Amino acid sequence: MFSLPMSNRPQPFSPQTSDKASRLRGATVTASVCPYCAVGCGQLIYTKGGRLIDIEGDPRSPINEGTLCPKGANAFQLAVNPHRVTQVLYRAPYSAKWEPKPLAWAVDTIARRVKAARDAELSAGGKAVKSFGTLGGATLDIEENYLMKKLFTGGLGVLPVENQARI
Amino acid sequence: MPGLGATLGRGAATTYQQDLANADCLLVMGSNMAEAHPVGFRWPLKAKENGATLIHVDPRFSRTSALCDVFVPIRAGTDIAFLGGLIRHVIEHDKWFREFVLAYTNAAVIVDEGFRDTEELGGLFSGFDPTDRTYDPQAGHWNYAGANGKTQHKDEGNPGTHGYGHMGGGEQHPQPQKDPTLRHPNCVFQILKRHFARYTPEAVAGVCGCSPEQVVRVAELLAANSGRERTSTIVYAVGWTHHTTGVQIIRAAGILQLLLGNMGRPGGGIMAMRGHSSIQGSTDVATLYDLLPGYLPQPTTDDAHSTLRGYLDKETLSTGYWANMPAFVVSLLKAWYGAAATPENEFGFGWIPRVDGDHSHLVTTDRMARGEMTGYFVFGQNPAGGGMNAGMQRAGLRALDWLVVADWFETETATFWKNDPTGPPPRDVKTEVFFIPAAGSPEKEGTLVNTQRLLQWHNQALDPPGDCRSDAWFVYQLGRRLKELYADSADPRDWPIQALTWDYDRRHPHTLPDRTASRIHDEPDTLRILQEMNGRTADGRLLQTFGELKDDGSTACGCWIYSGVTPEPGRNRANERDRTPGNPVEPNWGFAWPLNRRVMYNRASADPDGKPWSERKKLIWWDEAEQRWTGPDVPDFEPTKPPTYRPPAGATGMAAIAGDTPFIMKTDGLGWLYAAKGVKDGPLPAHYEPIESPVGNSLHPRQPDNPTVRTFPGPLNPLAAAPTADFPVVATTFRLTEHYLSGPMSRFNSWLNELMPEMFVECGPELAAEVGFANGDWVTVRTPRAGIVCRALVTSRIKPLRVDGRAVHQVGLPFHWAFAGETVGGNANDLTSIVADVNVSMHEAKVFAVRVEKGPAGGPGLLPTKRPVAWPTREPTPGTPPAAQPEGGYAHGG
Amino acid sequence: MAAEFDVTARGSPAADPPPGILGKVMRHLLHPFRRGTPPQPQPATGFYTDTSVCIGCKACEVACKQWNQLPADGFAFTGNSYDNTGALSAESWRHVKFVEQFDVLRSLRERVPGNGGGTSEPLAERAEHSPADGRLSLDVIPPPADRWLMMSDVCKHCAAAPCQHACPTGAIVYNEFGNVYIQPDICNGCAYCIAACPFGVITRSHFDGHAHKCTLCYDRQKDGLVPACAKACPTASIQFGPVAELRERAAKRVDELKQRGHAAAHLYGNQRTEAYSELHSFYLLLDRPAVYGLPDDPVNPWVHMRGDYLRTVAFGLAGLLLTLAVFLLAGRPA
Repeated sequence: MFSLPMSNRPQPFSPQTSDKASRLRGATVTASVCPYCAVGCGQLIYTKGGRLIDIEGDPRSPINEGTLCPKGANAFQLAVNPHRVTQVLYRAPYSAKWEPKPLAWAVDTIARRVKAARDAELSAGGKAVKSFGTLGGATLDIEENYLMKKLFTGGLGVLPVENQARI
Repeated sequence: MPGLGATLGRGAATTYQQDLANADCLLVMGSNMAEAHPVGFRWPLKAKENGATLIHVDPRFSRTSALCDVFVPIRAGTDIAFLGGLIRHVIEHDKWFREFVLAYTNAAVIVDEGFRDTEELGGLFSGFDPTDRTYDPQAGHWNYAGANGKTQHKDEGNPGTHGYGHMGGGEQHPQPQKDPTLRHPNCVFQILKRHFARYTPEAVAGVCGCSPEQVVRVAELLAANSGRERTSTIVYAVGWTHHTTGVQIIRAAGILQLLLGNMGRPGGGIMAMRGHSSIQGSTDVATLYDLLPGYLPQPTTDDAHSTLRGYLDKETLSTGYWANMPAFVVSLLKAWYGAAATPENEFGFGWIPRVDGDHSHLVTTDRMARGEMTGYFVFGQNPAGGGMNAGMQRAGLRALDWLVVADWFETETATFWKNDPTGPPPRDVKTEVFFIPAAGSPEKEGTLVNTQRLLQWHNQALDPPGDCRSDAWFVYQLGRRLKELYADSADPRDWPIQALTWDYDRRHPHTLPDRTASRIHDEPDTLRILQEMNGRTADGRLLQTFGELKDDGSTACGCWIYSGVTPEPGRNRANERDRTPGNPVEPNWGFAWPLNRRVMYNRASADPDGKPWSERKKLIWWDEAEQRWTGPDVPDFEPTKPPTYRPPAGATGMAAIAGDTPFIMKTDGLGWLYAAKGVKDGPLPAHYEPIESPVGNSLHPRQPDNPTVRTFPGPLNPLAAAPTADFPVVATTFRLTEHYLSGPMSRFNSWLNELMPEMFVECGPELAAEVGFANGDWVTVRTPRAGIVCRALVTSRIKPLRVDGRAVHQVGLPFHWAFAGETVGGNANDLTSIVADVNVSMHEAKVFAVRVEKGPAGGPGLLPTKRPVAWPTREPTPGTPPAAQPEGGYAHGG
Repeated sequence: MAAEFDVTARGSPAADPPPGILGKVMRHLLHPFRRGTPPQPQPATGFYTDTSVCIGCKACEVACKQWNQLPADGFAFTGNSYDNTGALSAESWRHVKFVEQFDVLRSLRERVPGNGGGTSEPLAERAEHSPADGRLSLDVIPPPADRWLMMSDVCKHCAAAPCQHACPTGAIVYNEFGNVYIQPDICNGCAYCIAACPFGVITRSHFDGHAHKCTLCYDRQKDGLVPACAKACPTASIQFGPVAELRERAAKRVDELKQRGHAAAHLYGNQRTEAYSELHSFYLLLDRPAVYGLPDDPVNPWVHMRGDYLRTVAFGLAGLLLTLAVFLLAGRPA
């Protein structure tokens, strides 16, 4: 009833179709965790030739069992993204543009700004540093949080150390 | 945090996500779980497949509601009223779990007769000081009768700090006066009963805008699915926390779950669904101003805190697990200051900066906007887009001398000086901005702590591009540079930075998983940092448990609650990924703090005699033959303490915790229905209207809003005084599945942008008809702070509610858009205000008053700062033949 | 924690073409004449999409784009619930549909006495249904009156696909898994398949001019991997497997849902009908197919063309006869 008058004969496969395979063959697999929300889905990261080629849910994870949400499925584009900034950008006071700068320059300059602000405040009789602070941490690794708390609170005596967490 | 902590002992989700599948009934409230945590939601759906009832109580009918059996619409900000209605129903109709409540909660404890409830004082508890709008629990007689515990506690004594210390716990007499018959008029149960008597279904319906039957129905469903044989779980998220009454909303949930006996049991508990990949971890490690790692209170300017001894004497709780606090504090100081921390210098305790007031983010923003700050570091956060009253946040950034932003993309916070449509031109902005390109999560290694306290290590898969570096790299290198700059100083104020142990260099070649060498040579060794948090003995042996910690300086431990994660060299339990067939808690997948316990307070899964309440709901029980607690989970209890153990008089520490009291972080081992300590705005939750509300408080007419809330008056932060007629619509903000937070991780991603390309306001057809706009039209949503232009998404999912005898409209605003990225749009957080609750300085983004206006016809006139990219990459996959290239990619074989 | 991806592979991919421009030219010249080896047929595989557990998260859409590296194809706010994808296309091989059913349904049910109730039904009436032990059985909770239906749409991989029949170049084939596959190196962009598909699945890409659609992750199946969308789906709304197995599972699920009060639950494309073949990608729906934007009774477009063919032939013959007649008449001497 629904077949066409022409014969429904199988069409030949092109060589490319016969050779069809996934790009994961020969890729390196690394176990990871989704960087988005706090569900903590396991992810598998596939690399080849030093390049990221795929990120999928880790089927072994008891939390997500291989599944992901749209953001987790987007983790590839989050990393492989032409909008990412890959060098230090510097904006001088009152300037209208960014200037690319070397990393070492940035670390050195920022360290000097920190020292100047801290020394000025403590020299003026401050008991703790309140003129600068840090914000962030809930999207970072705990090791990074720990270094921040240790350096800014334990080393420099800074009080305003905060992140996104509340309650 | 203090909401759960003050009730149960620890401020964290009590169970693990997979356990939601074991529930017989789930109340999802203050959470849009299907949209905000879609993968987590697979577990409630599994419960539903098994026959469980799913209930969603929320202002909006969302994708979560679509999958639930029962949806109850309520007005945003009336959660305590609704929960109060449930509590009242459970008490009045005798639906509570008597044996559980009698044995495991403080229901029988007698409270000081001087205490006065909101019922007697027109909506206030006793002890309120109207001059500084705070409670003095001492003057208010909140304590237990005849209490001889320490009455002065840090978070009560110093208004500058929050209730995070001890995870919200507080000293309470371990053996208070009790009336097991629960008849004493001043026993907790009777106080509770009187307190919630007002929350009748009709009264609650009048406040919330639902029907009385809906209140009763939810209460009945929860009650019918609780008890020996059955358990119910409550799931919440920021829909509860982002209120000026957030801590008390969570307290109310805790009270309800304790009354129903749903704590420490499979399919029970309270599941806090957190928003960021490591928000639990950042609280644990405490990038918070008033907390040291592991919930140790940071010392304050309080005189008693001037010495280590004074601080420990005052802050150490004498009974329960917190009695070990001196060991935690001294070990932390040893981890930070190493050899320079000696008994003679109190292990460097004097070097810790003293908290002299509130330095939480909102208060710091206020100070910044007043020009009191010089510099600011922002790591992976976007206050200029996602901060409360984002316009004020940007004004604050403009008032800085310098700003350091570490991120992946040019976010609003990175480009506020040039792209802010409401800001001045760049030539008028003085701030010097440093943008540090950050490594993505596949490009670095480290540990994330998820919403169920699970530490999971992510391995580095490849090198970051260009000059991108991990935030650990940046902080480490900055620290090294600063130590160099301060190396020659002889000033005592510079001793701490000189003494700080700061060596995390890699001792092994940095090799990537494909066995090639990393091209970056100075990334710190992240595992060494984790091991420092795990702790070591003086001879360098890694600790297996925090039970080994000493207060004499012979152990060093950076974050005591993580002890055991790296128990021996070469072993990182956060990176262990093994399944355990037959054991639902999956103990070998990652590592959960504390000591890999997956369900906290799991001693409560057995009855006081140590036997499971029922076969169906057993988890941990007392093995009489072996004389120890056993079961699939790690017991959250001393493993060999028998149920019959009774503490001798004057016992301290864990010896003071009886064998039949499961809440070991509490000084009395009990769940606190009534919390005399740890919560600053009352020992019981009471309904108060949001700061901005179109109606008054019909439950406590004399007290419209939370009396202890702090406001930040000023031209940048005006409020619509309640009840407001100028802003008659109730607004709430929400998260869409397709985007993330204020957009830094989603609005630079075309695959997500195409799914949700524009900012919109979700509203009902009734409001649209009243104002005169149609679906898809441009509208302006206005608060006293700002007006934003966005699309109208007119939908019958949003309905006006009958409140106070009249119709109240509600609108929902996703908070994902601002002015930087591939897609841009009106920012919901330009509308929100800066107010702070007294417990944790929490704002009220989840409810505020707005006005919705038609137009302008042309839309917001904002241009994206980035051109959309169709394909993330145009390069073919390396080492792959054409036949195996992606089908739709540039490299496909056509 | 790293390892090499291990494939239980059948055969190995062909070697790269010879390097250099010459090799490239040769490859392009020879390509149309080369034929691959047809693989051994396998049991038919397909999708079973259970819309009753779809949470509309669109993980399937993104997972598909990611795996296949499909381009984003424009940012357009539609105002149509949460659906901004709009339709299946050469760039979007998965499309989540959103159907808001509010008030309409309620007013309908109110007219039918005893047909379940809204959330405001008094509790007293319910108590009668409760068993004595206080346990609530499922029949006490009727399916909610207000619904927000969600469904992830995809190529139906018809058992007898009109697109395959219509393709004049042989680009559309049935692969060894019984899936309908457009060979991108053969397709010339003629668009016959677009007109042939009764579901509007295929479009031509405005990037390369060729027809594209879901391949059912042919490349992944070759290596024993589950298609990207089915793997990502957090609630198992999209299930992948041998079609026979899926049909069995789906039938059980329909029974279960009916017991729980979803009277309208049914399978779409589970069986061949008078007018159409069975689908290898079939659906569990909670309402009429048209509610989800699916044809209630799909037909092969050829059905409409049969008359045209007959008429064409008839008219042709008639014309011929007429011409002959004219000639014969004209040729007769006056």
